[in-house]
Amino acid sequence: MEFFRIQRDIPFMRHALVFNIISFLTFAAAVFFLATRGLHLSIEFTGGTVLEVSYTQAADINKARASVETLGFGEVQVQNFGTSHDVLIRLPVRGDLKQSDVAARVFERLCTDEGGRLVARQYTTPQGEQVSRTACAGTGDVEPIRLSRTEFVGPAVGAELYADGLKALAFVVIGIMVYLAFRFEWKFSIAAIVANLHDVVIILGFFAFFQWEFSLAVLAAVLAVLGYSVNESVVIFDRIREAFRKFRKMNTREVIDHAITSTISRTIITHGSTQMMVLAMLLFGGPTLHFFAVALTIGILFGIYSSVFVAAAIAMWLGVKREDLVRTAGKDRDPNDPNAGAVV
Amino acid sequence: MNRYPLWKYLLLAIALVVGLLYTLPNFFGEAPAVQVSSGKATLKLDAGVVPRIESALSGAGISADFVQFEGNSAKARFADTDTQIKAKDAIAKALNPDPSDPSHIVALNLLSRSPTWLTKLHALPMYLGLDLRGGVHFLMQVDMKAALAKKAESYAGDLRSLMRDKGVRHGGIVRDGETITIRFRDRTTLAQAQALLAEQMGDLQWLEGSDGSDAKLTGTLKPDAARRVQEQALKQNITTLHNRVNELGVAEPVIQQQGTDRVVVQLPGVQDTAKAKDIIGRTANLEFRLADMTPEARAALDGRGPVPFGRERFGVGRGAPVIVYREVVASGDMLTDAQPRPDQYNQPAVSVTLDSKGGRRMLEMTRANVGNFMAAILFEKNKGEVLTVARIQGEFGNQFQITGMGTTEAANDLALLLRAGGLAAPMEIIEERTIGPSLGKENIDKGFRSVTYGFAAIAAFMCAYYLLFGVFSTLALAFNLLLLVAVLSMLQATLTLPGIAAIALTLGMAIDANVLINERVREELRGGAPPQAAIHAGYERAWATILDSNVTTLIAGLALLAFGSGPVRGFAVVHCLGILTSMFSAVLFSRGLVNLWYGRQKRLKSVSIGQVWRPQGSTPPVQQG
Repeated sequence: MEFFRIQRDIPFMRHALVFNIISFLTFAAAVFFLATRGLHLSIEFTGGTVLEVSYTQAADINKARASVETLGFGEVQVQNFGTSHDVLIRLPVRGDLKQSDVAARVFERLCTDEGGRLVARQYTTPQGEQVSRTACAGTGDVEPIRLSRTEFVGPAVGAELYADGLKALAFVVIGIMVYLAFRFEWKFSIAAIVANLHDVVIILGFFAFFQWEFSLAVLAAVLAVLGYSVNESVVIFDRIREAFRKFRKMNTREVIDHAITSTISRTIITHGSTQMMVLAMLLFGGPTLHFFAVALTIGILFGIYSSVFVAAAIAMWLGVKREDLVRTAGKDRDPNDPNAGAVV
Repeated sequence: MNRYPLWKYLLLAIALVVGLLYTLPNFFGEAPAVQVSSGKATLKLDAGVVPRIESALSGAGISADFVQFEGNSAKARFADTDTQIKAKDAIAKALNPDPSDPSHIVALNLLSRSPTWLTKLHALPMYLGLDLRGGVHFLMQVDMKAALAKKAESYAGDLRSLMRDKGVRHGGIVRDGETITIRFRDRTTLAQAQALLAEQMGDLQWLEGSDGSDAKLTGTLKPDAARRVQEQALKQNITTLHNRVNELGVAEPVIQQQGTDRVVVQLPGVQDTAKAKDIIGRTANLEFRLADMTPEARAALDGRGPVPFGRERFGVGRGAPVIVYREVVASGDMLTDAQPRPDQYNQPAVSVTLDSKGGRRMLEMTRANVGNFMAAILFEKNKGEVLTVARIQGEFGNQFQITGMGTTEAANDLALLLRAGGLAAPMEIIEERTIGPSLGKENIDKGFRSVTYGFAAIAAFMCAYYLLFGVFSTLALAFNLLLLVAVLSMLQATLTLPGIAAIALTLGMAIDANVLINERVREELRGGAPPQAAIHAGYERAWATILDSNVTTLIAGLALLAFGSGPVRGFAVVHCLGILTSMFSAVLFSRGLVNLWYGRQKRLKSVSIGQVWRPQGSTPPVQQG
């Protein structure tokens, strides 16, 4: 089987301007949505309280929201989490409130709404663990709602995480730039970072546009994608260097076209494989991994686009020349050089 | 040329065996168990408790898989939950004759079912995080009243020395709760004192009053000073809890402030409340006080007289009973370190370091009390326990030694107990939850399914597209998974759902290396290279690219590791390790397989790497299998 039966080099760079305009427009749109809508940060960053409750019957979101709102804890978000039975309630930090009470009071309210009352229950699970929890006792033996999880994050912790996230991003950007500048050339390093930061901004733009929840896991996904899609640029740059050495007659544009054409099969297959894994996470990973997988999917798709069409084009605009790369070959003999002698 | 020397094959074989060995414990699951640990700071368990547990079990007609003593607790494993609960009751009854004041903590727990020979190799299963297995969650209430009272007490001490230094005569300074009362004979001294106080004691506010013929000043902490004290107390307690939990090696503990006076402690992977309580619940408060050895006090000890005014009697602990002054010379928050260290005669001793404030007060006290006795008292839940009573040999400041321990063990214990006292205010667990694994189990299933289906899809594709080379790549990927799990198990890392996601992602990215290699080999074949040379060149040329691309991914991973916290750190650890194992497996291992399969064939005609398509007009294709 061979998917890619390419007769001659595809003239990607002939359309470089078009690609760059498309990139710029998506980038501008992403920045626009980031600026106007902002990211919907999870409570890990903002601080606040989260309750996950599971109803015996399908939950009435609007009723629950109205009911929680009467408690006056500020802006409440109520939404389904995974199934129609599970509901996630988010409450912001309020300075004048005792945060530890918020979750309990919300749960009590939801419980009385369902006609139950709070009781303390102690039992032992089949695994032999002792569990004591506050349960909502309804009529008979049923529990109309159960508290699956509560979470509270103080505002100070959130601010710290936010700062750390930015630091991590800066570290990755600088680290990769230094490495590429050292390994290739500063023009490539700038091209790669611009291309891949453009991916990051576009991912963030998607999150801002759809108001998806931006959590710590999503941040991890974004940074992982940044590292991963720089790979792509590295592979292409590697080929560009090789082609500069191998085909003395080609000009820069032809060399870049050749490099992209000869790696396109690998690019698609690798990204396809990674995407298969991410798809498995998206389908089977449940709600906790959902946005993590979504961020990776966007990152992988735009990663292909940006390293193939954007990074090389920027390098070309920056004026990459044969001399920039082949210069090093004079000093130490490169094992990849086909002219270095036959390898047996 | 496509042959490995023997040592390379051996290396791969060893990696495979070690990988299998350390991955193995993860498949055994867990069995119900009962854990016994000490319920008191001064009681240290040793192996002697094992026969007691065994006899308690045999008395109740229960058989355990084994009873063993490990670290500072004894564990007994049982076949099923019913036996476990019966055993817990039997053991608790035997070890704690007085249920209202238990000396041992008996708790239900889970133990790995893996056989003992694996455990002996230190092959232990991975820890699962709070989101995968549940875990222990504590909500702790900091006793702010006690913190304020303690602060007021220290102010009272400062006031006494201040008044003495400045020559202001007072009729007594008394602390009651959070208020300090100073009596004066006349109004003029009061006015004089007031001026002094306003100047020197900015944190206190004073109220004038009269008590019979005497004038008095009642002082309380100003609201913002009080708030500062509370904040500091909470901060110090959180720091102390962090240190304590860290010392015990619990991975990714969550210790956070909740509200103004509570601390949440979550210990993922810890199912035994006993151990957690041992770490968290032993929230003790240490005080150094001067012991009273006057005939009056001795009489009180023997029960022949009342305890003198301003003194307290402590009946429990080493050196008890003893009568000590109420005034605290130095407290746990002034203690910076306590280490067991032999003294000049090479006898076991504990060397203690205080901060400068504690040192100053110690110097002041010891100067006047050489030859007298000093006691270290540990308060747990408002009950004092004497740790040691020692004679003051000479004047000392912020560094001193406590000698006369007898054994090294005793010195170690005392040092630990002294250090345990570094809390600014006592804490009590007001909510305790052992999160059951049902929610976690769901998460494990989801993570496991993601990895399995993703892996299967990749494997199917690789095998279909690259044929035998695809099989090699799949085996290399499986080897990568094996190594990654083995390394995580070896490191005793905590696996969380983001960690599983990282495993999946790493596998998805790791295949990149093999795709690179396979594509390169195909390209060489396309270019007309003979099969052996194509394999060789494909691996050689792909290597530089693989290295480059992995380094950039590793940079991102390291950034996450450095700046991430909580779940992101878990992700980062797995991600970084995965990159390293994937370089090993994708390059060395898959090459090893290829060499083993093709390397011996001198006249290799074809390589099973799928169809190698050639552009039209190039050299006619060599036959491919």
